[in-house]
Amino acid sequence: MKVLAEAFESVTWTESHEQTVAEVPAEDWYAFAEAAKDAGFEVCVDVTAVDWMRQRPKRFEVVANLLSMKDKQRLRMVTGLDRQDPTVASITPIWPGVGFAEREVYDMFGIVFEGHPDLTRILMPDEWEGHPLRKDFGVGSVPVQFKESHKVN
Amino acid sequence: MTAEEKTLDIWVAGTEEPEFSPTDEGEQEFSDSESEDRLADQYGRVIDDDYVFDDEVADDERMVVNMGPQHPSTHGVLRLQLEMEGEVIRRTKPIIGYLHTGMEKTAEQLTFSQGPTNVTRMDYLAPLHGELAYSLAVERLLDVEVPPRAAAIRILMTELNRVSSHLVALATNGMDIGALSMMIYGFRERESILAFFEKTTGLRMNHNFIRPGGVAADLPPGWKDDVSAILKDMPERMEQYDDLLRNNPIWLARTEGVGVITAEEATAYSITGPALRATGVDWDIRKAFPYSGIDQYEFDVPVGENGDVYDRYRVRVEEMHESLKIVEQVMDSMPKGDYRVGDRKITPPPRARIDESMEALIHHFKLFTEGFKVPAGETYVAVESPRGELGCYLVSDGNATPYRMHTRAPSFYNLQALPIAMGDSLVADTIATIASMDPVMGDVDR
Repeated sequence: MKVLAEAFESVTWTESHEQTVAEVPAEDWYAFAEAAKDAGFEVCVDVTAVDWMRQRPKRFEVVANLLSMKDKQRLRMVTGLDRQDPTVASITPIWPGVGFAEREVYDMFGIVFEGHPDLTRILMPDEWEGHPLRKDFGVGSVPVQFKESHKVN
Repeated sequence: MTAEEKTLDIWVAGTEEPEFSPTDEGEQEFSDSESEDRLADQYGRVIDDDYVFDDEVADDERMVVNMGPQHPSTHGVLRLQLEMEGEVIRRTKPIIGYLHTGMEKTAEQLTFSQGPTNVTRMDYLAPLHGELAYSLAVERLLDVEVPPRAAAIRILMTELNRVSSHLVALATNGMDIGALSMMIYGFRERESILAFFEKTTGLRMNHNFIRPGGVAADLPPGWKDDVSAILKDMPERMEQYDDLLRNNPIWLARTEGVGVITAEEATAYSITGPALRATGVDWDIRKAFPYSGIDQYEFDVPVGENGDVYDRYRVRVEEMHESLKIVEQVMDSMPKGDYRVGDRKITPPPRARIDESMEALIHHFKLFTEGFKVPAGETYVAVESPRGELGCYLVSDGNATPYRMHTRAPSFYNLQALPIAMGDSLVADTIATIASMDPVMGDVDR
């Protein structure tokens, strides 16, 4: 962790409920991930995202949970992405296991991972429009047949 | 004939010279020995699933076969595209999403106290683990400590759930390979645990029993007798299954050396749970990041060697014995006290108090109409589910509903490793490998 802090001055380190969080600028995402793997975080447990809408200057936040089995330590790396161009480097070359997770984030948030071998929709149908977990994607409703008949006039 | 000569053949004088770019095909051919490239692939430094076909294989020898989504051996609605050369699988592509119901979006509409009803439907074979991960995440954001009895009940229930989930894994594993009697026995034993769950929680699955702030109800009268009966019968019965499967040469031939995953591949592909431990990696969330006071009980973490279907089976059987050991210790040392926190801002008051106290009525009304507010913040909590690391990433912005709830589903990641486990294996081994990874499609698609 110390090595990482020295190598990346652009990274802000915070604590959140006894867990270490590294806020990484989007351009350092890949380099930081690579350095983290060399520093002992051999597993990338999970990749996900949060849509902050207007609550934060950067709308999207990509979150990756790293794990060091040897030191029994977790590290969360997060990066903010602009609403116009939510693009970040894919970390699949470092951890091939996040391939599905990055596809899910792309599917649900429309965040593009550059360098992902197969960035396609994974959970939603291929012809689906929009990205469901964005906050501006309405929950919607399905018209129910015969609903009118329950109304008493 | 070199490539340049070939282009000269079709170039007509007087026309523009065609641009020729050499492809990188041919560089990716597999070799018999472990080359640098292959090792890099295994260690997860590069992804290389592009199999370059041998030109000598006739065209009609290759085919793409769709397996699922409506196939009895895919454990739900999993669809696999198998690219085969004769009977050998060269490439596999899992296609998922057939059971996607948008539970992470639903979680944003439900209050924190309604949340467990949602997460319990994800991994429907281990519903209590989903509830536990969610509740622990909410409690960490609230900075609440549950009473010792609540923590002990949680461990008792989740460890019994692990046994019942592994029993299904064993049962379906046997059934898929042809040991049909195993299916009947496995489900019979699971029934005894589900009966106890029904008595305690009111439901056989989707319990909504573990809630933020404790558990929904205290253990029913006579619970010790029920648990003792399970503890007495189970080891004896499990011995019988071991005899049934381990002494069965057909079953052994179909599992040993099949669907092998190495330890390097397992860590590179974020595999967790019994599938990871079968490769020889000693990793268990219960030991590394103990939750709910599980560190006060004694148990071992069984580890395999070869990472094949047989080892995954063996690890599961050993884990069931360890879980029963924990259940026995919890039963003997069950602390007295309340089964949920006394803070009425989080847990509802007892029903009798509502008739007597205005305060209690207000608390009850507020809790069930708008729920409780959770301080802003985010956290990641993981528990060891029967399938691996079940994590809950919870973000709150200070309201009564989560701003974002993400579940790190173990089946989702384990499923991703199917192409590696099945590379260059026979098509008949496909279902053995799927069954040994024990994916629950509700967990995969969420």
